[in-house]
Amino acid sequence: MQGKSFFVDLTKCTACRGCQVACKQWKKLPAEETRNWGSFQNPKDLSFITYKLVRMTEAMDGDKFKQWYFFPDQCRHCIYPPCKMVGDMFDDQAILHDEETGAVLFTEATKNLDFEEIRMSCPYDIPRWDEASNLQSKCDMCNDRVQNGLLPACVLSCPTGTMQFGDSDEILEIAKKRLEEVKKYKPNAALTDPNDVRVIFLTSDNPREYFRYAVASADIPKLSRKAALAKAIAPARQVFG
Amino acid sequence: MTNHYIDLMNSDCILMMGANPAENHPISFKWVMKAKEKGATLLSVDPRFTRTSARSDFFMDMRSGTDIPILGGLIKYILDNNLYFKDYVVNYTNASFLVNPDFGFDDGLFTGYDPETATYDKTTWSFQTDDQGIAKKDPSLQDPNCVFQLMKKHFERYTIDRVNETSGSSKAKLEEFYKTYAATGAPDKSGTIMYAMGWTQHTTGVQIIRAMAMIQLLLGNVGNAGGGVNALRGESNVQGSTDQALLFHIIPAYMPAPRSNLESLEAYNATTPKSPDPKSANWWQNRPKYIASLLKAMYPDQDPAVSYSYLPKLDPGQNCSWLVLFDHMNQGKFRGYFAWGQNPAASGADSQKTRDGLSKLDWLVVANVFDNETASFWKGPGMNPAEVKTEVFILPPAVFCEKEGSVTNSGRWVQWRYAGPKPMGDCITDGAMALELLRRIRALYAEEGGAFPDPIMNLNTKDVADPTKKFPHDFDSKRVAKLLNGYFVKDVKIGDTTYKAGTQVPSFAMLQDDGSTACGNWVYSGAWTEAGNNMARRDKTQTEMQANIGLFPNWSWAWPVNRRVAYNRASCDPQGKPYAPHKAVIEWDGSKWVGDVPDGGWAPGEKHPFIMTAEGYARLFGPGLADGPFPEHFEAMECPFEEHPFSSRLHNPTALEFTGEAVKRAVCDPRYPFVGTTYRVTEHWQSGVLTRWTPWLVESMPQNFVEIDPELGKLRGIESGDKVIVENMRGKIEAVAIVTPRLQPLKAMGQTIHMVGTTWHFGWVHPTDGGDSSNLLTPAVGDPNTFIPETKTFMVNIRKA
Repeated sequence: MQGKSFFVDLTKCTACRGCQVACKQWKKLPAEETRNWGSFQNPKDLSFITYKLVRMTEAMDGDKFKQWYFFPDQCRHCIYPPCKMVGDMFDDQAILHDEETGAVLFTEATKNLDFEEIRMSCPYDIPRWDEASNLQSKCDMCNDRVQNGLLPACVLSCPTGTMQFGDSDEILEIAKKRLEEVKKYKPNAALTDPNDVRVIFLTSDNPREYFRYAVASADIPKLSRKAALAKAIAPARQVFG
Repeated sequence: MTNHYIDLMNSDCILMMGANPAENHPISFKWVMKAKEKGATLLSVDPRFTRTSARSDFFMDMRSGTDIPILGGLIKYILDNNLYFKDYVVNYTNASFLVNPDFGFDDGLFTGYDPETATYDKTTWSFQTDDQGIAKKDPSLQDPNCVFQLMKKHFERYTIDRVNETSGSSKAKLEEFYKTYAATGAPDKSGTIMYAMGWTQHTTGVQIIRAMAMIQLLLGNVGNAGGGVNALRGESNVQGSTDQALLFHIIPAYMPAPRSNLESLEAYNATTPKSPDPKSANWWQNRPKYIASLLKAMYPDQDPAVSYSYLPKLDPGQNCSWLVLFDHMNQGKFRGYFAWGQNPAASGADSQKTRDGLSKLDWLVVANVFDNETASFWKGPGMNPAEVKTEVFILPPAVFCEKEGSVTNSGRWVQWRYAGPKPMGDCITDGAMALELLRRIRALYAEEGGAFPDPIMNLNTKDVADPTKKFPHDFDSKRVAKLLNGYFVKDVKIGDTTYKAGTQVPSFAMLQDDGSTACGNWVYSGAWTEAGNNMARRDKTQTEMQANIGLFPNWSWAWPVNRRVAYNRASCDPQGKPYAPHKAVIEWDGSKWVGDVPDGGWAPGEKHPFIMTAEGYARLFGPGLADGPFPEHFEAMECPFEEHPFSSRLHNPTALEFTGEAVKRAVCDPRYPFVGTTYRVTEHWQSGVLTRWTPWLVESMPQNFVEIDPELGKLRGIESGDKVIVENMRGKIEAVAIVTPRLQPLKAMGQTIHMVGTTWHFGWVHPTDGGDSSNLLTPAVGDPNTFIPETKTFMVNIRKA
């Protein structure tokens, strides 16, 4: 497979949020005005000015505490991005797919799109919208950095080796190898949609315990009518561009 | 740290207790995760399930302040099941030493206790000696008076039932913990401990760490790769500041501070540790060379015997530690105070007492990057500016990345940093401030005269200031670094080599006691030699043996003499063969040691490996501490109990406390039924002076919070996100509640114990809705050895705001 991919080994993530802050720093994004809402997780959700968010979930096993799951959420840069398929129906310059890296990029022309349609098309609930400008935003894989031979800001900041970035084929190999190692002591370990996305998470338990949209799934009715239509005609379309 | 951060990856078992490294030392987790990848077991023991616990293989909760019962139980487990590393214990520790028959322990007290002064006369905490003065030993460890047997007797009371009853940790968890950790006693295995303020900030803090040090010695885990006793420093350069004697009881490089009863250098030198044992290296016997060289560094033109008289002297027994200083400040005993890179009004225990103390000063100088609770104390909560007489001066210092100099990490690596951006506006470096302060004081002396000008007028500035530059650019950290390394004051012949005057000393082995060498800090000797600035080295070259354990001898420089694993001679048997050949630190190749820099180059068996103790053996029996040669459990100075099952002594009988303050403390007080504790989070740093002004960090942790268990939430009608008030007799804070199953109530001694945990990162100055410092709640009581305050266990009440 061409392009670049991330491997996010959640067995090593300590939710230090270095990635969350590094993203804001590189992108020069302002801080949100937050309040503690009874959780370490903040901001509460992704937003037009927050592309990367470490989600924290306290999971229970009956009435017993089980695990504190950390999920550094970001755009998965789908191999066949449904957001682009839907977006192209309105304006084919709004969402671009970088040929070299595979990054899915939102441009200024996203203001010409129907935000709800785009958000609904995303199996991972990533795109966010600015009401004032009607622009949409999300992670762009630090395409500017990557095109210049640098690591994405989040990957560079990661102290524990949770995040790796590189050529997609190699990353997939690393992910599969690591999965085998982890399965020895965590039999439920899994890779999230490894063949569909460029951001592959390794979870040590059911991915859904980490976050509702950790993996795409048919049981969550996310795909809009237009997206389903787009998906149906996808093979006929050029994959990149 | 005896070891260093990379070395964590060599461990078979990492115990994280009294620390929360994933959150507070995030970079360390790179190596912790590498260890795990290589098969290590990670153990997290903490009153709360933390981000560290989330990545560990094992989590055990415990009641805050019961570390000694838990660790004492582990000592008993190791001894009962013969899991100790016998050769190591016999050859390298004082287990075989015969103790003075008059030594004893009864009901929480060791022999020699004086209730009047709350101190010990340690005469009986001594060893039986032969006619040469060497300790008598029983290598069979059977003599009832030998350290091993006394230790066994002491910890007999630390049964798993009693530990469970006291700590609230379940018996099954305790057993699993003990079994897992004790397995590292196998000669080729290593286990390590990562601890921090969760251990030091108790009135039994030093004894908690001693208990762990004893465990490490029993299991042969000191000196080897992946072992050691590893204190995680809370600031990037705390190790460096300690090395330079930021504390009152030492002068640079761990020499005792001169006391007024030691009037002359000769008298000071007469207290140099001595050993009659020819096999003991007794490294501290070299101390006269180090003090003479230090004096020469401070006063190059004076004879050390004269310049010794310049040094300020503490009175015998005088305590100038933090809590005592602020107590004296409160009593109006001194007039001025420099708060340099500190925020005591938020970081000091019993913050109200600290803030009141500041108001008794005539002047206060604050050098800090941002406004903070100390600089603005006079307009803080409860203060009437019209009534505060203190004049406050604020100096704008350069930020860390704007200064050149060294930073010493927990693993003793002294790493050189270059200056990055230029300081903003009128900001200048701390060094420039100190140098200019000296010059202004000198000018005043010259103008007005004054008592005893010599120590000020003669102080060495030529090795500090660059004469080609002007204030504030003349302070030269390179010169200071060279001075710390030391140089020859005149030509000195050592063996066949003559070292020229003015050249850098190659190492502290060349320092002299006659004033012919100057050295600002003997442990830093070797950092900047004739070869150049070794701290700036970034060379990854290593031998295969070094690569095997992640040792980079050419990357920066570590004190002492670039040794990366301290006490490494103990990683080999008395023939020089590594106990763990697959991760050897050093090895005797028949003619020399290879691998790391050994603790002295003597052939195997020629000297005992613990060269920093006078006797050359590691101390299972520690006769030097204020509160006893063995650790013993006592409840915190504030606790929910009137008694505990180890003795009839409720608290540490030697703890530091202040007259009249017991009324501000809650023991078994129904008004304050919950155990309070404080901690840090990844997103903020210390009292938050730097991080609270960083918007992205405030975004991620906007306000102070209080973590409680769901049962306590129900009991008090508190839900996650509610504003709550936490209070005790010293103060109260407002914070946001996080009701979480990561905390669970514990059953201990017939009571249900709920904990209230909060951070100490916030303060009233900024952000305005962040909440005030949780140190308003913590008590000004301290460990009798270090005088560190007990901020990890105290009593509070919590209610909905």
